[in-house]
Amino acid sequence: MAFRPGAVGEPIKRREDPRLIRGLGTYTDDIKLHGTVFAAFVRSDFAAGTVKSIDTSAAREHDGVLDVLTYADLSGEVGPTPVGAELPPEVMNKRDHPLLADGSVRYVGQPLAVVIAETPYAARDAALEVFADIEPRPAVADLEEALEEGAPKVYEELGTNVCFALPAPGEETDRLFDEADGTLDMKLINHRVAPFSMEGRAVVAHWEEGAGKLNLWTSTQAPHIVKQQVAICLRIPEIRVRVVAPEVGGGFGCKIATYPEELVLAWASRRLRRPIRWSETRSENLLNTVHGRGHVEHVSVAYRSDGRVLALRGKTISDVGAYRSFYGPFIALSTPSMICGCYDIKAVSWETVTVYTNTMATDAYRGAGRPEAAYIIERVMDRVADELGLDPAEVRRRNFISKDAFPYTTATGTVYDSGDYELSLDKALEAFDYRAALAEQERSRQAGRLVGIGFATFTEVCGIGPSAGASPLGRMGTWESATVRVEPSGNVTVLTGVSPHGQGQETAFAQMASDAFGVGIDDVTVVHGDTDVVQHGVGTFGSRGIAVGGAALHMALGKVSAKAKRIAAFHLDAPEDQVEFEDGEFTVSGTDRKLTFREVAERAHLWNTAVPGEEPGLEAVARFEPTATTFPFGAHICQVEVDAESGRVTLQRYLAVDDFGEVINPLLADGQRLGGVIQGLGQALCEEVIYDESGQLLTGSLMDYAMPRAAAFPHIELESTCTPTPINPLGAKGIGELGTIGATPCVMNAIVDALSPLGVTHLDMPAKPERVWQALQAHRAEHD
Amino acid sequence: MTTVTITVNGETHSRTVEPRQLLVHFLREELGLTGTHVGCESTLCGACTVHLDGQAVKSCTVLAVQADGQDVTTIEGLAPNREELHPMQMGFWEKHGLQCGYCTPGMIMAASDLLERNPNPSESEIRHALEGNLCRCTGYQQIVEAVQEAASITRGEAG
Repeated sequence: MAFRPGAVGEPIKRREDPRLIRGLGTYTDDIKLHGTVFAAFVRSDFAAGTVKSIDTSAAREHDGVLDVLTYADLSGEVGPTPVGAELPPEVMNKRDHPLLADGSVRYVGQPLAVVIAETPYAARDAALEVFADIEPRPAVADLEEALEEGAPKVYEELGTNVCFALPAPGEETDRLFDEADGTLDMKLINHRVAPFSMEGRAVVAHWEEGAGKLNLWTSTQAPHIVKQQVAICLRIPEIRVRVVAPEVGGGFGCKIATYPEELVLAWASRRLRRPIRWSETRSENLLNTVHGRGHVEHVSVAYRSDGRVLALRGKTISDVGAYRSFYGPFIALSTPSMICGCYDIKAVSWETVTVYTNTMATDAYRGAGRPEAAYIIERVMDRVADELGLDPAEVRRRNFISKDAFPYTTATGTVYDSGDYELSLDKALEAFDYRAALAEQERSRQAGRLVGIGFATFTEVCGIGPSAGASPLGRMGTWESATVRVEPSGNVTVLTGVSPHGQGQETAFAQMASDAFGVGIDDVTVVHGDTDVVQHGVGTFGSRGIAVGGAALHMALGKVSAKAKRIAAFHLDAPEDQVEFEDGEFTVSGTDRKLTFREVAERAHLWNTAVPGEEPGLEAVARFEPTATTFPFGAHICQVEVDAESGRVTLQRYLAVDDFGEVINPLLADGQRLGGVIQGLGQALCEEVIYDESGQLLTGSLMDYAMPRAAAFPHIELESTCTPTPINPLGAKGIGELGTIGATPCVMNAIVDALSPLGVTHLDMPAKPERVWQALQAHRAEHD
Repeated sequence: MTTVTITVNGETHSRTVEPRQLLVHFLREELGLTGTHVGCESTLCGACTVHLDGQAVKSCTVLAVQADGQDVTTIEGLAPNREELHPMQMGFWEKHGLQCGYCTPGMIMAASDLLERNPNPSESEIRHALEGNLCRCTGYQQIVEAVQEAASITRGEAG
């Protein structure tokens, strides 16, 4: 079934929007069931300590308080916090994470107790009256310090802070290093950032005593995963759990994991037989919703004098935090898998060390391991260009994987599906007018101004698959599901296993169904996020909504179309191969006999039993298992000016050329790209989660955590190329994470370029004015 | 406890509330107007922006008692009626000015306040006027376009 020109490919306005722009969307905290009570958590003030006692007596006497729960109440009945991926104990040093702290606390904000009260204000008041007697222990907050001998141990009994470590073989790499014309070493820090969805985590847990069932509304990207995790944690059959992701106010990766708070409230609702509602505060969000990144990388580069990069030798040290979040420690493995970027590098030897610290856990954040890889290799390309006095665009071009080389297997074993990296670079250079920009830069430099131009040419991973190859994903497949249910009227209900939270699949999927059946977009409804309604699915993350979820829908639409055609052929009294289906009509070639899709739908439900061999109804479920992974790519280019007096960086221009294959709705695609670029710029220029050495969070509010605001950056220019993927029938590659992968190295390369006349060859992120100013001062000190 | 009388979206409500109750909680919990969202409880994200006597305020740092006797407009009351949209709502829909929608009501209330004061703002004026409202999804560009669209609709120029 090919897509005909029609709704697919059109920039159709979102069908989600009329409710959202009128304030009529229902987010979790908007749900108030009869008898709802409210929760507030008591959290550890110490990054490491021994819990000697928790006195809840004063809190219990507070007006309106129903219960105060600590580990002693849960012990043996519920927990620990489930994880999504495991390695065997001989490879991974691990301990369970209790829902509420047992005898130890290991990070600031770790939940110690939860107060349940009749009003939110009463719950918060009473939480202040819980007294936890904690004997502080030495903490380690820095990932490199955590590896030093004698460092405090997050889990004393493990005797090490290493979670797992994977060495890398290096014979071929060693040989290429021996052959190289030059080598260079870099240390790259990919600091922690906060995913910062505008809606924080929120939960309504409702134990339905009559049905013996838990209903959990939760702000998640993956309700089906949460359902599994809740069932495991509460030790109840999954058929007694319904999870609903209502309107979800952003995720960016931080809402894939199932958190201790939602699990303990699910359990408490059963204990109290009352619906319980909880929303984290923004401070709780910054403190205790997973952080992203948190890597330190060391890389050595072997290159030839013509700019060809021959081999890389490197090491990722990744900060797990104090406990293993859902997928957290495994994100580190995405970095070596994507370290070659879009370059033909012959050998890579890459070691991975994941390390516990007394900080909040890290987990997926928009890009999850790939931005780290892109940052490394894109900084490497600029450093090589700088060492050799070559143009950074030219060095990239000389290293590109040829467009004829696909499918291409990288030195770390990753198989790229398709690509044309020169095409996107050429388009970027032309659209930016690179030559003119270089000439202007030269004039600016002569006038004493610090102007820089930066590049990132990158590729990334979307819609990961297949399930069998995705180990150690553990309890999760990489497929996705869709049901297409044609109602007797001919209107269409789509049930999707993905769980959109801003991506717009209610619109994109309706476009697909509209095209497939020739019905109006408004005659299609897309249902998602309710595990009692939707067939089992996986969720929305890793840019899989269209590439995997859309492919499943494509299959289901095809199944329904085929059945509708058989029914039409029967009623038209024609052989099936003489029936054509176009624009919502079944016609018999060479005759005027026809049936509309709506007529067929009606017959399928009311008269279909007359069709030999067909079941009544017009409905199909499909599951798409990607045989492999897609690799969208892009070329980003930008220009910055650094103010020599203040260190302030001004982004003057930013152009993104992205290639994500075929597109369902370009308006939504632009939205994904623009949002991603600004998040990437945010990490590069202002955002940073900072812990002090005792493990206290210094960026626990919006006064301290610098989010990009509306006036921070200029208009972003978008261009695209289209290289379809052969991996799925849509040819769509996935789009959600391009921006955070391309923007961060692009702007950092531009800043280093701006400072290069002063001899600066590297600057760590984020390039806040103070850090840039320090680099300028260091230069002045050298030259005074 | 104290009694307040507040007119919200043209309807007058009297409630007995705790003196410390925030206006946003009054709107959401007492009146069930959940279109106004809580994003930070510290005036820094703008998700809770409403109009108080015609001016945009962040309702997470206004007490309900401070709004006593005043007029509040929330996102639910911005459109002229159930069938029509306010030009700012049209602009956001037309230009894909929202993704997850959580910041959107506050963003629309802040932006409509801007157009009241400045019917023809430049891109820079729009960006600066919205600095008090955070959005994580859009990167603001399509929000800027939405506000420009709303301005041209208001001026009767939109095609």
